Amino acid sequence: MQRISLAHGEGGELTHQLIQDLFIQSFGHSEQTKLDSAILAIPSQTIAVTTDSYVIKPIFFPGGNIGKLAITGTVNDLAVSGAIPHVITAGFMIEEGFPIKSLKEIVHTMASEAERAGVNIVAGDTKVVEKGSVDGLFINTTGIGVIQEQHRLKPEMVQEGDSVIISGTIGDHGVAILSARQELGLLTDVRSDCASLNHLIHELLEEIEGIRIMRDPTRGGLATTLVELCEDCHFTMEIDEASIPVRRDVQGGCDILGYDPLYLANEGKVVIIVDSNDRQKALDILKNHELGKDAGVIGQITSCHVQSGKLLLKTAVGTTRRLNRLSGQLLPRIC
Amino acid sequence: MANMDLFSDPVLTRESVEAVIDLAKRFKEEKGRIPVFMEVCGSHTMALAKTGIKARLKDYVQLIAGPGCPVCVTDQKSIDAMVQLSEEPNTILCTFGDMMRVPGSKSTLMKAKTEGKDIRVVYSPLDSVHIAEENPDKEVIFLGIGFETTIPILALTVREAARKDLNNYSIWMATKLVEPVLRALLSSEEVKLDGFLLPGHVSVVLGKQSYRYLADEYTISGVITGFEPVELLSGIYKLLVLQLEKRVKIINDYTYVVRDKGNVVAQTLLEEYLEAHDEVWRGMGTISNSGLVLKEQYAQFDAKKKFNILVGEPRVTKCRCGEIVRGLITPEECVLFNKSCTPTHPIGPCMVSTEGTCAAHFQFMREV
Repeated sequence: MQRISLAHGEGGELTHQLIQDLFIQSFGHSEQTKLDSAILAIPSQTIAVTTDSYVIKPIFFPGGNIGKLAITGTVNDLAVSGAIPHVITAGFMIEEGFPIKSLKEIVHTMASEAERAGVNIVAGDTKVVEKGSVDGLFINTTGIGVIQEQHRLKPEMVQEGDSVIISGTIGDHGVAILSARQELGLLTDVRSDCASLNHLIHELLEEIEGIRIMRDPTRGGLATTLVELCEDCHFTMEIDEASIPVRRDVQGGCDILGYDPLYLANEGKVVIIVDSNDRQKALDILKNHELGKDAGVIGQITSCHVQSGKLLLKTAVGTTRRLNRLSGQLLPRIC
Repeated sequence: MANMDLFSDPVLTRESVEAVIDLAKRFKEEKGRIPVFMEVCGSHTMALAKTGIKARLKDYVQLIAGPGCPVCVTDQKSIDAMVQLSEEPNTILCTFGDMMRVPGSKSTLMKAKTEGKDIRVVYSPLDSVHIAEENPDKEVIFLGIGFETTIPILALTVREAARKDLNNYSIWMATKLVEPVLRALLSSEEVKLDGFLLPGHVSVVLGKQSYRYLADEYTISGVITGFEPVELLSGIYKLLVLQLEKRVKIINDYTYVVRDKGNVVAQTLLEEYLEAHDEVWRGMGTISNSGLVLKEQYAQFDAKKKFNILVGEPRVTKCRCGEIVRGLITPEECVLFNKSCTPTHPIGPCMVSTEGTCAAHFQFMREV
């Protein structure tokens, strides 16, 4: 099997070949490569910029691979900020010995996911490091999105009674990754939910005026994301345990291992805080879309402009408890 | 097979809560106090806190967490020895995740790992046998913590290691048994109980018959209970019924999982490889024959015989985990709780373990 060698990263003939044969062919940006930077015309006065590094293990998992994640993750960060993803840059840190076939598959996945999301990959970088310096392949992507004035999010408009909507089941990505690491000791069919949400979000922003703020509940899960939202925006939110959509196999895997789906990562979900008058309309749009078919209202804003915002969970027995951000690493339990 | 969805059904859960409260009120009318039950199992403690049942019932039924969290009942000196074990050269230390952040007197396994020690979290002890097979030039040690639920799997790893002729695998045995600690608890008469919620998982191995001594010798009832909200409430309900009818009985309320005789295959494994041994418990001292260690003929798999680990006296802190595992105080009564002791900076094991009482109270029962 052909493998990446240190020479692929030294800037010479092999680097040129790799860039020409793989990256430029897949990402199709020959014009931009004539200069050392990509020169862009941005159709807006306001832009959104985000960057993220992807170090996932395993690199290939049910429902995607590191490349897909590197596109969807950055696209979603832009989209939930109310931006239309415009361009992306990609930096590759490759471990010496990494199979070229795998790299090709990853790059092709990135290209097709970028196409699906409607973003151009306009600049890139490749580094090869000695064996052991990185774990296979790390990818960094930076995204630029344009903000349309009418789509600007309005967290300051959040008011008591606003609805909290999640676009689908939680914890799928977390459990898919745990299964793929074969650490679960059990087999599940759960696939990662990783997907670009920008088209769905764009439709919501086009149709619904009352969207206050959105977040994608990735690392740390739904609970951590909402805790941060409550703290950042100074409101208290109450979510209803029974209404949070969780797949049975995800819940089952979590029960066995002592994990909580509320704290497991999602890569294709969005939480939306919306004027309660627009709640049904938002749900209709979501449910009409493949990526939002399991959407549901999970709670509401109970008070605003508070000193320290809190996330509260209403349990099935009728008690209310406070949810906190994930503390430390998730660790499996003994029995 | 029971319909598992029903056990977490919100409507049924709420109805069950009301039914329990009704009976608990009758109990109070008759006896002038609220009933006191102990959940023996750490997973029950967690589930009761997480589902909100403990908070919902607090004015009607007192639920006391018992000594059922394997990490929490482990003596501090024993934890220090395990952390020190990670310092041994040329070793791979395998452990359940719960142990990683447990504070030793000087360090934790998590810190040792960060410093470059080869410490691996495994989901099944059998994984550590595979690791030993793949690393013949390293000594692979498994930290054998757990109750009867876990111990048969430890015996299984020895069988596997012997079958594969591995001489680089061993277990650091620090196992605990349920019966001796319940006897010690009841004999001490430190807590007055009206019944036990008996552990679902341990009972899978032990079976209903193993609890006869509770009813026969200590005239106290117990209900073997599952972990979903409706199951937990059903267990409490049945304990209340027994109290009101003035009957003493062991009930298996988890019949679709637990048998009268338990798991005979697992019990045979225990008998074949292990023998009883005096164990030191956190806050309770030495309890006679309260743990299992490898029999002499399997000494080559016994890490305590392979490695000479000497630890000094543990660092003294204000941690009251020892009283918490005996059900004497609640976490809120400890001055460290939610102040200097949190899951991020734990002082005692009860704050770290996923089954620990302090962790349950910190995560799920702090004031809103």
